[in-house]
Amino acid sequence: MNPKDIAALLDEPACAHNQKAKSGCARPKPGATAGGCAFDGAQIALLPIADVAHIVHGAIGCAGSSWDNRGTRSSGPQLFRIGMTTDLTEHDVIMGRGEKRLFHSIKQAIDGYRPAAVFVYNTCIPALTGDDVVAVCEEAERRWGTPVVLVDAAGFYGTKNLGNRIAGEAMLRQVCGTREPDPLPEGIERSGFKVHDISLIGEYNIAGELWLVLPLLDELGLRVLCALSGDARFREVQTMHRSEVNMMVCSKAMINVARKLEEAFGTPWFEGSFYGVQDVSKALRDFARLIGDSDLTTRTEALIAREEARVDAALAPWRESLEGRKVLLYTGGVKSWSIVSALQDLGVTVVATGTKKSTEDDKARISELMGKDARMIEDGNPRALIDLVREHGADILIAGGRNMYTALKARIPFLDINQEREFGYAGYAGMVELARQLCLTIESPVWEAVRRPAPWAAGGGRKAATLGAVMGSWGSAPVPSADGPPCGPVACGNGSRSEACADVGVEVSHA
Amino acid sequence: MPEIIKRSKALSVSPLKASATVGAALAFLGFRRAIPMLHGSQGCTAFGKVFFVRHFREPIPLQTTAMDQVSSVMGADDNLVEGLGTICEKSRPDLIGVPTTGLAETQGADVARLVRRFREEHPEFVRIPVVPVSTPDFVGCMETGYAAAVKAVIQELVPPADQAGTRPGRRSRQVNLLAGSHLTPGDLEALKDLIELFGLQPVVLPDLSDSLDGHLPEQDFSPLTVGGTPVGELAQLGDALATLVVGASMCPAADVLAERTGVPDFRFPHLMGLDATDALVATLAEIAGGPVPAKVERQRAQLQDAMLDCHFMLCMSRFAVGADPDLLVGFSELLAGTGAETVAAVAATNAPALRQVAADRVQIGDLEDLEHMAREQGAEVLIGSSHAAHTADRLGIPHLRAGFPLYDRVGAYQRTWVGYQGSRQTLFDLANLVLRLEKGEIPPYRSRLSQKPQGERGGAEEQAA
Repeated sequence: MNPKDIAALLDEPACAHNQKAKSGCARPKPGATAGGCAFDGAQIALLPIADVAHIVHGAIGCAGSSWDNRGTRSSGPQLFRIGMTTDLTEHDVIMGRGEKRLFHSIKQAIDGYRPAAVFVYNTCIPALTGDDVVAVCEEAERRWGTPVVLVDAAGFYGTKNLGNRIAGEAMLRQVCGTREPDPLPEGIERSGFKVHDISLIGEYNIAGELWLVLPLLDELGLRVLCALSGDARFREVQTMHRSEVNMMVCSKAMINVARKLEEAFGTPWFEGSFYGVQDVSKALRDFARLIGDSDLTTRTEALIAREEARVDAALAPWRESLEGRKVLLYTGGVKSWSIVSALQDLGVTVVATGTKKSTEDDKARISELMGKDARMIEDGNPRALIDLVREHGADILIAGGRNMYTALKARIPFLDINQEREFGYAGYAGMVELARQLCLTIESPVWEAVRRPAPWAAGGGRKAATLGAVMGSWGSAPVPSADGPPCGPVACGNGSRSEACADVGVEVSHA
Repeated sequence: MPEIIKRSKALSVSPLKASATVGAALAFLGFRRAIPMLHGSQGCTAFGKVFFVRHFREPIPLQTTAMDQVSSVMGADDNLVEGLGTICEKSRPDLIGVPTTGLAETQGADVARLVRRFREEHPEFVRIPVVPVSTPDFVGCMETGYAAAVKAVIQELVPPADQAGTRPGRRSRQVNLLAGSHLTPGDLEALKDLIELFGLQPVVLPDLSDSLDGHLPEQDFSPLTVGGTPVGELAQLGDALATLVVGASMCPAADVLAERTGVPDFRFPHLMGLDATDALVATLAEIAGGPVPAKVERQRAQLQDAMLDCHFMLCMSRFAVGADPDLLVGFSELLAGTGAETVAAVAATNAPALRQVAADRVQIGDLEDLEHMAREQGAEVLIGSSHAAHTADRLGIPHLRAGFPLYDRVGAYQRTWVGYQGSRQTLFDLANLVLRLEKGEIPPYRSRLSQKPQGERGGAEEQAA
């Protein structure tokens, strides 16, 4: 890929980051950088397309540690979970045999797995040695008749975010618009019920959460031509250009797709989220508003009234447990506000939220939701996060999986919000799961157990253990030791702890 | 000796192999207050980090030189020097390991020279050891990179005996243990216990059982490893009585250590099963100059008893194993020792050790190769990493999880496979998997002449039709 093309992708007029001096993200600092590369971003964005053979053209480092490690789900083919790579050898690199190996690899994938299409991800080494991957892909497609799509996303081109855009660009240029949508099945449309075609951009069906939303859209008569890319099929991506409305789901990562579909086909789009009762309702209303079908609007309002009442009842007992809890949220971009609103729906207070990848728009929304003095975290290094949790007396840290073990080692309750997670939180139904997962960790008796010093340890105001001291501690369970980092401020001023202790106390006295 | 079949297809499908780069990173994670910094694009590190976090369920210190488009083309020398400076400044580690990636090697980075440049520009960090190692991901596998990193550590940080003034046996109870990448933290714990039973003091190199054994430390956060071999111990390896080397992949590192220190070494390809463990125990008795402790004798007798119990299930059973070379050798010999057969053997990369695999053929390849071979050979149980779970599902046979990565089981990284006790548990688990197959079941015969109720008689279908 030419530097010119990369610069063009980084210059995204629809992204609020463009207003700043630097677009995209600043140059990563050697020795102090976290996060993936462009290849990582491209692969995350497209891998959920389930019936495609995803071939990583490079040495084993790219695919070897990363295949089949996403939480995304497919309702049909599982081909996307089979890692495929040209696994370049030293010979290939030195003798320039990469192109030949790629060509034969594409044939092998087509012969062995009959994919709907082959996606070829170009990576650092062949990009550096200059393999003509464009020519190989074109020739392979011509020769064998299966679409071969090049995703030129060498890691050194830039960040994960750039990779998302490269992926979107590849779909726009090579896939969208190559097929017309299937006709609607007979007997669906009737007087007062017209089906409208929509697409969801940036929805990855993590843990199957798209399936918590899809029934609602079905009921309303909104046909999802394609979710890019959760539970998608190649033939669905081909028809995205025919959407009446596109929704950018909870991520600016593929904003270029929404913008360019609007430019090319005049498709209106909006940015929304399926996390939180209010946001789900808002997204459904936005569809109705942009489509402008009065029957749809009526159906939408009826569905929202029914679902909000239902979820309100289902959440009532959880709200009781979660009332007054404090959460520290550290996640990227749009989720910095969309999750805030979901948590507020549960009666939880968000004491601070991460804004490292957020735009000015995102920050404005945060201020709107959390008030003017909302604490925004720019630098979420692990040390800072732990200190902030302590400082605010937060009951739980919600962040990406990368921070999970950091939190656990600091004895801080944790909820994973990123793509490796195993539970879906989208839609009205997802809120109940979110509430359950929050309670499950916050109220667990393990926190008290891991913060308490061993009975024989000096600390917590007690000297070395005597039988009397041990018996005494059983009798007066809820009093935590006030000093020492393991039992530090996380524990203090936090209702869950004393409850958990009381539970332990009861059990022990029975025994 | 098995026939070694080299890779013959273009595309690797369901890779068995992890890169040499992450292998080297793993070795560095076995040193105390250490951090590896991969010389490559930031994705190389991000992927490696997720790989280890999911396997160990621990925070993993891992950094990157973050090569971008400009530095990939114009040279990334400054990235490396800047990265080293940043880490030294921020965390003052006891060791920085610098494995290279395919990207840096293709570009032609000369890391040794860059480390010299770093020394010149930053004399204030002179006491922080930096160990570069060449581990492009287009050569070898995880085991290869791990072994190369251990060798590089020895070359950089173990001084020759005449310089350091060390003398073999001066520390009369110390035994060095060069531990191969196929050993788990659980394995290392068991080996340390065993060595201590002989009144000897083990120094494990590298010691993942001290850094990644999954313990909750007092300290709430560390940007470096929270355990592992103390780097200061390296200067004293030359005072040890003996060195034990586990894994054929560790031989090049062992050669350097022996040459530098003169400490006699004893080499074991693996420690799975009775014969392998007997060899180790006999060696320990010889080194310690005393009898084998009663506890160890007892454990040996327990393993023998387990072999008797399990041979009914295991003998003539057919196994498929996919792993890096040392682990493949270990499993194949353990199985052979009970009369079981390794009918499908796939190694991630070629290595001299593969000559020792107890099987007719060893394929260098991926999990797709293993699947084909297992189906063709009628394998009954599959042994491999979590990635092989889908393979086993498609084959419809049970799966024992071993190797790297293990991400779909809690605590799998910690289990013990070696020694009398570890081998005993492995045999139990394998035998239980075979039991599940219900191999002895005879399908009922239903006679059409019988007086049993209708539907239990033979020919019922024809009658119904």
